[in-house]
Amino acid sequence: MPFHRTAAIVLRQYYLLRGSPVRVLPIFAWVAIDIVLWGFITRYLNTIASPGFDFVPVLLGAVLFWDFFTRVMHGVTMAFLEDVWSRNFLNLFASPLSIREYVGGLVLSCVATSVLGLLTMVVLATTAFGLSFFAYGVMLVPFLLVLFLFGIALGIFASALVLRFGPASEWIVWPVPAFLSPFAAIFYPVATLPRWMQPVSYLLPPSYVFEGMRAIVSGGAYRGSALLVSAFLAALYILLASWYFTRVHRHAVRTGLLARYNAESTA
Amino acid sequence: MIPKVLSVDRLRRLYGDTVAVDGVSFEVGQGEIVGLLGPNGAGKTTTINMILGVLEATSGTIRIEGADIATSRSRALERTNFAAVYAPLPGNLTVYQNLRVFGLMYRVENIPARIDALLDQFDLKGLRHVKCGVLSSGEQTRVGLAKAMINRPRLLLLDEPTASLDPSAARDIRTQVREFVSRDKVGALWTTHNMYEVADVCDRVLFLSRGRILLDGDPGSLPREHGKESLEELFIAVAREPLTLKRT
Repeated sequence: MPFHRTAAIVLRQYYLLRGSPVRVLPIFAWVAIDIVLWGFITRYLNTIASPGFDFVPVLLGAVLFWDFFTRVMHGVTMAFLEDVWSRNFLNLFASPLSIREYVGGLVLSCVATSVLGLLTMVVLATTAFGLSFFAYGVMLVPFLLVLFLFGIALGIFASALVLRFGPASEWIVWPVPAFLSPFAAIFYPVATLPRWMQPVSYLLPPSYVFEGMRAIVSGGAYRGSALLVSAFLAALYILLASWYFTRVHRHAVRTGLLARYNAESTA
Repeated sequence: MIPKVLSVDRLRRLYGDTVAVDGVSFEVGQGEIVGLLGPNGAGKTTTINMILGVLEATSGTIRIEGADIATSRSRALERTNFAAVYAPLPGNLTVYQNLRVFGLMYRVENIPARIDALLDQFDLKGLRHVKCGVLSSGEQTRVGLAKAMINRPRLLLLDEPTASLDPSAARDIRTQVREFVSRDKVGALWTTHNMYEVADVCDRVLFLSRGRILLDGDPGSLPREHGKESLEELFIAVAREPLTLKRT
């Protein structure tokens, strides 16, 4: 696959970030606020909880992981929404650019912003609140990878929804992580959830990551098969989201929605 | 015989029961500017959208230098480009940045040199680092035309390219497009409601009415052939009394 058209999408995002501090600031600001807030909460909890239990790797680590996933998802959708806001679809899709190249460009664009956000959180959490990533051992890398893949999948899916239902449906994008969070077992084990919520939780790759994170921090065993399941689910969701985006684009070309997208909302 | 850049064959587009384009067939040859004329809603933009691959035809075929838009989309669109007032370049990038992005998109060799040449050609040098969103409509049109020519397309689609330009700027643009088409043996499809422009720039015109090609011919002789004084009169007749005109 020629890379130059994907590179063009990445270059556009780079120009947007380079020329606009208001786009750069949120990459750092929200995650920094979250880490500071939860850092103080964990510090306080450590003072009132029974000695020996450290909330930092459990709570602050969970916040860091969840924020990373959220940043990845929003990174993809933000890159897509830039084209919605600037009414750029006709210029893009009347060019030789394929959907695979376009989505690939969105994903690559979000890698840079997600890594910047992650670095900000890591620096703050380790220096200000003493979070040690050695607590997670070698599993840190696959944990982050699973969250990254699931963030990509949800970002592509949310972008497809906006393409399908028009610019007015943008509001759907932002609360998706919040909607998933009760099911994702970020701060509590899946077993805490009511029975009807647990099957939903097991369909979400982050649940396996957070269960694993808690198991490792508490010195328990973590099954490699659980990690494989979460990676499989994340990869499956990327395939499904890409299929859905392609299907929505095909529908938009067939019905004339894409040609009219510049002029109107279809919601 | 002039080699064909664009071949449209029995193109049809339905929206539910409404026929927007009804069995349209035409060709555009190398070095030829074809005017696509007709009243609002005649099917001009729908036809252009299908040629650009952003709207699927209900039936019929479109070939750009032999590449079928339905089956070889990327190959067909690599040698095509367009400018339209309703598709401005993103306002949050500068003129240079937009041209650089689309230069990369169309795999242009030596992009900086090509951009310099286009900025010079369209008198945009002073606006190189200005964001497109703050340009006047005339300047935006010129940037859009620079983007449309960045890949030296074999087929150029221009949907009312001079609609927001003053007469002097419009004449300059017509001259530049004419030179580009003639020098690079490009085929161009040009829609406009300005009949003076049609007479000035088009080698051939297609009059569309209710999705069908009603007339096809030389803009210089077509009015007389249909008992009209001018292209404008002919246009009005097509818009108001299409049934009184013979279909080609």
